[in-house]
Amino acid sequence: MFGYYLRLALRSFRRNPGITSLMVLAIALGIAVCIMTLTVYHAMSGNPIWWKSDQLYAVTMDNWDPKQPYREESTLPPPEMTYKDTQALFRSDIPQRKVMMYSSAGVVSGVGNVPPAHVSTRVTTADFFTMFEVPFLYGNGWSARADEPAQPVIVLSREENEKLFGGGNSVGRTLRWNDHEFRVVGVLGDWFPMPRYYDLNGGAFRPSESAFIPYGWGRELELLNDEESDCWGPEKIDSFQDFIGSDCVWIQMWVELPDRSSRARMQSFLDGYWATQHRAGRFPRPRDNRLTNVADWLRDNKVVDNDNRMLVVLAFAFLAVCLINTVGLLLAKFLNGATITGVRRALGASRRHIFMQHLVEVGALSVVGAALGLVLAAAGLAAVHHLYAAAHQLRRGGYQELTHFDSIGVLWALVLALTATLAAGLYPAWRVGRLPPALYLKSQ
Amino acid sequence: MLKMHEVSKIYRTDLIETYALRNFSLEVKAGEFVAVTGPSGSGKTTFLNVAGLLENFEAGAYELDGTDVRNLSDDERSKLRNERIGFIFQGFNLIPDLNVYDNVDVPLRYRRLSAAERRERIGSALDLVGLAARARHMPAQLSGGQQQRVAIARAIAGDPAFVLADEPTGNLDSLMARQVIELLEQINEMGATIILVTHDAELALRAHRNVHLIDGQISDFRAYEPRPAATGGSAALA
Repeated sequence: MFGYYLRLALRSFRRNPGITSLMVLAIALGIAVCIMTLTVYHAMSGNPIWWKSDQLYAVTMDNWDPKQPYREESTLPPPEMTYKDTQALFRSDIPQRKVMMYSSAGVVSGVGNVPPAHVSTRVTTADFFTMFEVPFLYGNGWSARADEPAQPVIVLSREENEKLFGGGNSVGRTLRWNDHEFRVVGVLGDWFPMPRYYDLNGGAFRPSESAFIPYGWGRELELLNDEESDCWGPEKIDSFQDFIGSDCVWIQMWVELPDRSSRARMQSFLDGYWATQHRAGRFPRPRDNRLTNVADWLRDNKVVDNDNRMLVVLAFAFLAVCLINTVGLLLAKFLNGATITGVRRALGASRRHIFMQHLVEVGALSVVGAALGLVLAAAGLAAVHHLYAAAHQLRRGGYQELTHFDSIGVLWALVLALTATLAAGLYPAWRVGRLPPALYLKSQ
Repeated sequence: MLKMHEVSKIYRTDLIETYALRNFSLEVKAGEFVAVTGPSGSGKTTFLNVAGLLENFEAGAYELDGTDVRNLSDDERSKLRNERIGFIFQGFNLIPDLNVYDNVDVPLRYRRLSAAERRERIGSALDLVGLAARARHMPAQLSGGQQQRVAIARAIAGDPAFVLADEPTGNLDSLMARQVIELLEQINEMGATIILVTHDAELALRAHRNVHLIDGQISDFRAYEPRPAATGGSAALA
């Protein structure tokens, strides 16, 4: 009977093209808005390194002002650490991999006719690339030996390599970074960790950096963090040496701990370090040394804020309005065909037959609505993508990367459209099956 | 056999109750051709709807071919209606966006017959009403008389025991009306029981038996003379 019902549904669409188009449009608009919002929400709330989330830990210690917590709204310790603490903790051999780093910037020059340009640069220790599974197009990162004393090696993002070297294999080529000569040792492949969990400073959805240099260059060239550096004490800071010796927090530290036992040992190590420092008069607040995995890190730092959740709620509310309109149109359409339904009932159709016939019609409608919704959502996401790309001067890896429409999005759209529309069509389909046939036969 | 005993059908509004049928009793034997007559509002159509299982009734008993229909589920009533009853309406009630073939196919679809059997039954029914050549025509392309013949083909395609016809000639001119009534007589001769609701006294004369309704009750049973030999019909007395 399904084939028969489907044929009847198609005939019904042809009989009422206007009302059918309105319903398809209402479903498609609702679905498109929902899919666009959900796609962005999914990308924002996703864990970009989920497969390794329970092995990667952000290291934080509460060295903040004893009179007030770092954040007004929570008791979480600062998300970054002091230079001196990270230096001390970095000596531990408990983690399988470890990284200390910060975001800075420099001027790149000395590459043919390419004009000097300001590039965002991550100053980091060597494990960054292996620990966060950063893909390489050419070459590799550097070894730990290149961190300290710092060797003049640099890794470029794919996009920066395109700008400087036309996208070719630039490994071995040289460039000047803040007037110091660096040799390219690696070029990244496409890498857009969204959210940028490893450093949430300045926004979770900023693109990753264009260049990466060994950590030792930070002290060598006295490179400051290009984001916030939070300080609380009445310290006198007149020089870079003062700054790195202060209690200001600005260094991100991550460790890779493959199992529970290494995690427990690392926690003990942190607590031991805290106790030593506490006795020496530092860490005046209650002990709060944390190893936070990626998922918890994103949650604690409220990467997905309430506005985004509200947007999702509003998108579903819009879908509900569209579906309520569709219910009204379906009811009008089905009741308009009550005489034909009455004839079918007289000829032997049961209420169940009538219900199924109309439900198949609703299902067909929802498939068409979902297909159009997908097209609209893809177009909408492409428009948002271009908008963001233009705003970021075609710099890849930023907010616009949130607008990728993937196969999961397509699946969501289909499931959402079918479920929502079928749910919306249940009442009209049931209602038309309950019509007293004799009444409509008589009225005919 | 159709057997109603003391059946009452009441239409209720907030303020009033109206008896459309009051203690209505009737027995129609297999193979009969019964005309139900009466003025407007006398309950003729209500009787037909109750008899055709399109409406429930409030009191009394009703057996259709030995089945007590009172406590049947909707599925059971629909199945019984589909297999045992064929309907013919005054307004033809063809489905406008289905062609002749597909219109006749409607009741067979709900019986889940094979495609081959449906094709055979539709072909036979359309042959009987003389419209086999019009199978792919849409209802709007047919005259009123042809549309009613299609409706008759649809009613008999499932080989029902009963054909219930509600003013089947009401929308037709006299020539077409005669063709339709002759077709009904032919179907009756083939074994189907015909119950015909009509205002038309002349038409009622063609039936074996006439039941006259007033205010939902039978006021008169009348047996008629056998039909003229020219129509070839057999006669039965009440």
